[in-house]
Amino acid sequence: MNNIVFINVVRFLGLVLLQVVVCSHINFLGYLNPYVYVLFVLLYPVSNNRLLFIFLSFLLGLSVDMFLDSGGTHAAASVAIAYIRPLCLKFSFGSVYEYHAVKFSNTDFSKRLVYFLILIFIHHFILFSLVIFDQNELLLIFKQTFYSSIFTLLLCLLLSSLFSSKKT
Amino acid sequence: MQQLFNFFIKNKTFVLFLLLFSCALSLTIQSHEYHRSKFIHSSNQITGSIYGTFYGITQYFNLKKENNLLLEENSQLKRLVFNQEKFVKPDTVLQNTFELFPSLVYKNSFALPNNYLTLNKGLNDRIKEDDGVITSKGIVGIIDKTSSNYSRVISILNTKSRVNVKLKKTSHFGVLTWDGKSPEITQLKDVQGMVKIAVGDTVITSGYSSTFPPNIPVGSIQSFRLNDTEDLYIIDVKLFNDMTNLEHVYIIKNTDINELRALNISDE
Repeated sequence: MNNIVFINVVRFLGLVLLQVVVCSHINFLGYLNPYVYVLFVLLYPVSNNRLLFIFLSFLLGLSVDMFLDSGGTHAAASVAIAYIRPLCLKFSFGSVYEYHAVKFSNTDFSKRLVYFLILIFIHHFILFSLVIFDQNELLLIFKQTFYSSIFTLLLCLLLSSLFSSKKT
Repeated sequence: MQQLFNFFIKNKTFVLFLLLFSCALSLTIQSHEYHRSKFIHSSNQITGSIYGTFYGITQYFNLKKENNLLLEENSQLKRLVFNQEKFVKPDTVLQNTFELFPSLVYKNSFALPNNYLTLNKGLNDRIKEDDGVITSKGIVGIIDKTSSNYSRVISILNTKSRVNVKLKKTSHFGVLTWDGKSPEITQLKDVQGMVKIAVGDTVITSGYSSTFPPNIPVGSIQSFRLNDTEDLYIIDVKLFNDMTNLEHVYIIKNTDINELRALNISDE
């Protein structure tokens, strides 16, 4: 149990640092940045205290906001995906989730891909809607959401497989 | 009452979610208003020192480029000194009222609609709100938040930024804004439609505001068109500065600012 707490604390701090120091300064093609800190929300243990989990996600987003001077946009997006995560888990992992037996390192790649994709897309959509904050720019919001989601998805898959401890 | 509590306990996750989400939303809305974000900004001690640590590592990658920039600036200053007699003496008032502080950029962004920079000078170095920030090539932005050791700058690449500028040739003034699209191009508005302008004309600061001294270069005109009512120009200005790559900047401090403010207040 302590091990899990430790891993998540390290993951929290590590991802925030990685985000603000490296990932927010990539500016691929001039404006594309991956938002890898969502990996914390994605990989948080399934059997959890939901209140604590939602609060931690809020804190995660808020600390990123503080570094990037973006008001509360990241916090809002993170809280939203933390809240709808159970729905998404049920959708992508099906019955396995019902028994709280999902272990991300042991799941099918395709199922994990779908799960990541849905949550990252929702997160980015909320994020960019709030960042751009202009209903006349819907096209720009979708464009940014789409390209950044791909970028984030690739990096998240890479990072999660890089640090997964598969004991088989 | 009992039912109310029961309701809350039953839906506690949803209530917490709503609470935190609305909290984040209000912070977002607050940050969209000028000068309002109170405590979530990057010029506090924690974020400043972390940016500082990593700046120490990454600065080595740009040493060569920065060196060249400094050499360029040096040669320009030398040229001024050598041609002193021919050169018109800079305004003596300007020398006395404006102080310059060199500073490093710890954080810069340009891909968002509202961009900010974090600098490593703060209240301890007598930096205050509304001081201007420039590089050797042109203007960068205006300071809007300071802590004891760090300060935050509203970049001119910010949809909320407004800087008073004028055309070098005719001295007609306008307001420099940004539409949030390209980091190289800003929009100059409110220039009278009867003024004759041409592509390539230089735009400089007007000196009407107390933030920037007059005649600091800003950019050159890339294209222009009239607005819908055809009485004012909308001019695309290509910046002299490369806003995507800033490292050494100067903070301009107007020592007369309190006097000027007092004058303006008595006007109203």
